[in-house]
Amino acid sequence: MRRWIWTGLLGVLAALAMLVAVGCGGGEEETATQTPQGEATPTPTAVVHGPKDVILATTTSTQDSGLLDVLEPLFEDQTGYNLKIIAVGTGAALAMGERGDADALLVHAPSSELPLVESGVAINRQLVMHNDFIIVGSEDDPADIEGMTSAADAFTTIYESGATFISRGDDSGTNKKEIEIWQDAGLDPAGQSWYEQSGQGMGATLQIANQKDAYTLTDRGTYLAQSENLDLVVLVEGDPVLFNVYHVMQVNPDKFDMVNGPGGAAFVDFMVSDATQDIIREFGVDKFGQPLFIPDAGKDEAEITPQ
Amino acid sequence: MDLIWDGIREAFRIMASGDYSVWEIAVRSIFVSGSATAISLLLGIMVGSLIAFNQFPGRNLAFSLVNTGMGLPPVVVGLIIAIILWRSGPLGDLRLIYTPTAMVIAQTVIAAPIVTGFTAAALRNLHPKLRSQLYGLGASRLQMLWLVLWEAKLPLLAAVMAGFGGAISEIGASQMVGGNLAGDTRVMTTAVMLEVSRGEFAPAIALSLILLALIFIVNLILTTVQQQERRS
Repeated sequence: MRRWIWTGLLGVLAALAMLVAVGCGGGEEETATQTPQGEATPTPTAVVHGPKDVILATTTSTQDSGLLDVLEPLFEDQTGYNLKIIAVGTGAALAMGERGDADALLVHAPSSELPLVESGVAINRQLVMHNDFIIVGSEDDPADIEGMTSAADAFTTIYESGATFISRGDDSGTNKKEIEIWQDAGLDPAGQSWYEQSGQGMGATLQIANQKDAYTLTDRGTYLAQSENLDLVVLVEGDPVLFNVYHVMQVNPDKFDMVNGPGGAAFVDFMVSDATQDIIREFGVDKFGQPLFIPDAGKDEAEITPQ
Repeated sequence: MDLIWDGIREAFRIMASGDYSVWEIAVRSIFVSGSATAISLLLGIMVGSLIAFNQFPGRNLAFSLVNTGMGLPPVVVGLIIAIILWRSGPLGDLRLIYTPTAMVIAQTVIAAPIVTGFTAAALRNLHPKLRSQLYGLGASRLQMLWLVLWEAKLPLLAAVMAGFGGAISEIGASQMVGGNLAGDTRVMTTAVMLEVSRGEFAPAIALSLILLALIFIVNLILTTVQQQERRS
């Protein structure tokens, strides 16, 4: 009886080891059998040859807001590709693109995106949607910034009052915007005792600000998606500098052997398609009474940017 | 406090309803960490018996290296494996990054030294005359190894438990080489992190409870076997 148990345990371990071996081979088989399925879909971008995986490097805000949870299955059904979403900060996402470690990028830091386009690493860059950044904080508002119309003025007031401010500190799009506002204000908060860097995504940073009754800069989408778990309130909004625009682009397959060119192109097409834009327009309306993102495909960036 | 009760209630609701693909994530956790443990056991027995039974220069160094490996920070392992497996890395052609296989590799690197260390210690602690006696009875090398391992099966089981515990509870490596992809490489620990960063604490607590229960059940089974063996 005891021997039987031991044999059983050994068998389970051996079976697991075998499964791993088979699993690796099985993956390739799956690729082969999935291909005809891709061909069967009417979409012109259906998979015909080449790798099935599309790696999307994107910002934490698109994941933390839940938008990509909705879009991922639609993209996969429509094209037959397998979308791998790696949610990091915009800085890290752009770095992945630069190394050829991603096929498509969905990011929100235009000034950092353009060098990639100019160097030819990113191609097919298209406007997808926008929302805006907001400055949030506790209801007490110790620095008294509520209702200010200039983000730089609000930051100056926070600086002078020494109230706690949580920065992302992770080179993300939101972090880049925050640094831009500090520069507009002519201030450098680095090293100040009230200025803390979370080094984490937008969702986690909002949680920290919430716990510490601190101020932070956030995109409206992530804030709304989490608002039921937050005591933070919107204090400053509407400054044109707080405009937050998302672009999608594909990584140039001519620059890197392993980049999935057709897959990246399919994702760009998917994001700017009418059907996807409609979903973005509706996303969050049922829950928050307002959309988290406003679709912009086909528009001119200059035309939507507030002056 | 409400949060904890909500979390516990949510845990049972999730487990009963089967939504949130929580079972799928749990099964994947067991599969990935179990595979890593199984491979680690093979490696651990090979390397462990090698350094436990043989006298060679640098043997102490080998022991120290294995013992250092037992405390490898998962996030460092994750970074190194990720750099190697990224498309831009030396093994990028294998296209293993962001796959369960990559996670098994990373967790094996974490669990193998733990299993090896336990195995080597267990084998070294066997009665020193046991091996010469077995040789005297005419056992071949392979038979010898088998009999010695059989003799050390209880500490080996402890090695498996420690290795599995290390693998299933790490998060840094899984996040980095797996990418926490829903339905593909999301395991219990990375799912908990995601829910917390989304501010969804109830499912995070639920997932944590399920993870704890999982580790408990695996250890309960292994400990039961161990105890039965000891009693006889």
